[in-house]
Amino acid sequence: MTMLQGFQIALHALRLNPLRSFLTMLGIVIGVASIVTVFAIGSGAQLRLQEQIRSIGANVLMITPGAVYQGGVRLKDGSKLTMTESDVQAILEQIPEIQAAAGSIAGTAQVIHEGKNWNTTINGTTTGHFMVRDWQLAAGRYFSATEEAGAGKVVILGSTVARELFAPGDDPIGAQIRIMKVPLEVVGVLDRKGPAQDDVAFVPLTTAKLRFLGSASNINRDSVAYIIAKVTADGQMAGARAEIANLLRQRHRIPAGQDDDFKVQDPAAAMEAQQGAIRTVALLLVAIASVSLLVGGISIMNVMIVSVTERTREIGIRRALGGRMRDIRLQFLCEALVLCLLGGAIGVAGGITLSMTVARMAGWVTSIDGQAIGLSLVFSIATGLVFGFYPAHKASKLSPIEALKTE
Amino acid sequence: MTAAAPLISLRSVSRTYRTEGVAVAAVRNVSFDIAQGEIVAVMGPSGSGKSTLMNMIGLLDLPSEGAVYLQGADVADLTEDRRSSLRARSIGFVFQSYNLLARHDAIENVALPLVYCGIARKERLARAEASLEAVGMLHRAHHFPRQLSGGEQQRVAIARALIASPLIVLADEPTGALDSRTGAEILSLFAALNRTGQTIVMITHDPGIAAQCRRTIHLHDGELVGDETQAPALPKRSAVS
Repeated sequence: MTMLQGFQIALHALRLNPLRSFLTMLGIVIGVASIVTVFAIGSGAQLRLQEQIRSIGANVLMITPGAVYQGGVRLKDGSKLTMTESDVQAILEQIPEIQAAAGSIAGTAQVIHEGKNWNTTINGTTTGHFMVRDWQLAAGRYFSATEEAGAGKVVILGSTVARELFAPGDDPIGAQIRIMKVPLEVVGVLDRKGPAQDDVAFVPLTTAKLRFLGSASNINRDSVAYIIAKVTADGQMAGARAEIANLLRQRHRIPAGQDDDFKVQDPAAAMEAQQGAIRTVALLLVAIASVSLLVGGISIMNVMIVSVTERTREIGIRRALGGRMRDIRLQFLCEALVLCLLGGAIGVAGGITLSMTVARMAGWVTSIDGQAIGLSLVFSIATGLVFGFYPAHKASKLSPIEALKTE
Repeated sequence: MTAAAPLISLRSVSRTYRTEGVAVAAVRNVSFDIAQGEIVAVMGPSGSGKSTLMNMIGLLDLPSEGAVYLQGADVADLTEDRRSSLRARSIGFVFQSYNLLARHDAIENVALPLVYCGIARKERLARAEASLEAVGMLHRAHHFPRQLSGGEQQRVAIARALIASPLIVLADEPTGALDSRTGAEILSLFAALNRTGQTIVMITHDPGIAAQCRRTIHLHDGELVGDETQAPALPKRSAVS
């Protein structure tokens, strides 16, 4: 008897009891569907993080305000802008490993172009920002020195904002848009960097301070919300971090023993750590889903053992008519395999449907992983072989004479 | 065309079963030959060892002592797999309770032994059709066993026994579950098959059936107590075709 004949006989036997066959494979279906879904959500989250890491740019350090003490009270991180434009200048000039740096302040506002408007992040910064993040222009130019010094009424748009404000054939370069009643000329449109990054409009730092925050602002005119800095090489990240911290402590006159009023972070490293955490959680969930696969396998074994007992006479007849022990074994093994494979296939389809539903309803990024699908199918086959073997072996060991005597 | 050795040869065959430490001899020191083309009845009361003897001739069981030869070869020398393959190709079983697979239709049942001969499905079905036709059951090819009468089921079972052109057909009380008229038809079918040269061994406890076979082997308490060949007395009427 060939493998093909085994599968034909198995399919015939399983078709006779469709409900029982389906219930038997349900454990496998649920197990495989959970594994596929968990993999899809997990790798979707990783993809999103990877995109964020890429969008920040390589070898970038981020300096944000830390906790400050006011009259002995420790305030929340970032409650006071402790960094200044001169800090940016000092970092750039005094630390050799830094090749570019830029300070930013940011807020959200409505941007308006003719009949269209869009709510987005307004980031006041210098051209250095684009250098740090390796962010190229799709069209136009960066800010000029005079615009940066003299609060020029210019703006560079992220691709999402450009798309929302301008019709497809419309050239944004040279157009006038308004932000908080201030008319600005669009001088550049940036390359796409990722959905979370492209929804932004950049104006010169001076423009943001003078025209949007206004002179009434209680913020120090010189201060920035955060600084980003690019380190020349990957190996110098730790050294540059320490040097920046030293420099800023000196400049901010922080006595020894007192906490920094700033934080120097490596966002890519932090995200990589986060990515590791996601992977760990996903693996844990897959392990839990595998338990369902195990339970499914046990249920298949249970039903197969019952089936062998029920079909003892059939086994006797097949043996008398020339079926070898291995033919009987193959027949029952094929039944277990068909159950598992069919269950696996239904599970894969269910998992894909489920993760697509989750993606749509929760707005998560999911990614259907061919590897995960292959892996679950391999697991299904392995389950069939492992849990089908004992009943099949039991069937093949039946004495044909005894088997023929049973009713 | 006769083989050098008899088709089946039993030499001092004994079969002892051991149940709960007690040895029970089902067959004791039995020897006989069956030649190509014979029709033999094995007769005896229940418990006389008929079925045990048939299991050994049918390669389902091996003797505890002595030897069974199929075409001169000691079957104990063959592997279990080889004996299984020989059952598929050389032995045709007919049982008292038909033993058709309930979930397969008649033609699938008839074709079953060919699965174990490694024959492709198309040819299996073609040969099953021919075999069904030979027992007059082609019109029931796609009926399931439960849709057939006892006599019809037994004809399907005979078609199945014949499909691989076996050396020998072994029938264990083939009319035991049938009424006398249907039983007589089945017996006529066997007689007609035998006239075409088919070797048949039939187990029965009914002297009336044994009387229709040329040769009768009598068993009692596992021992051979008689082996007689009579003048042809088979009915002339044929149930075939």
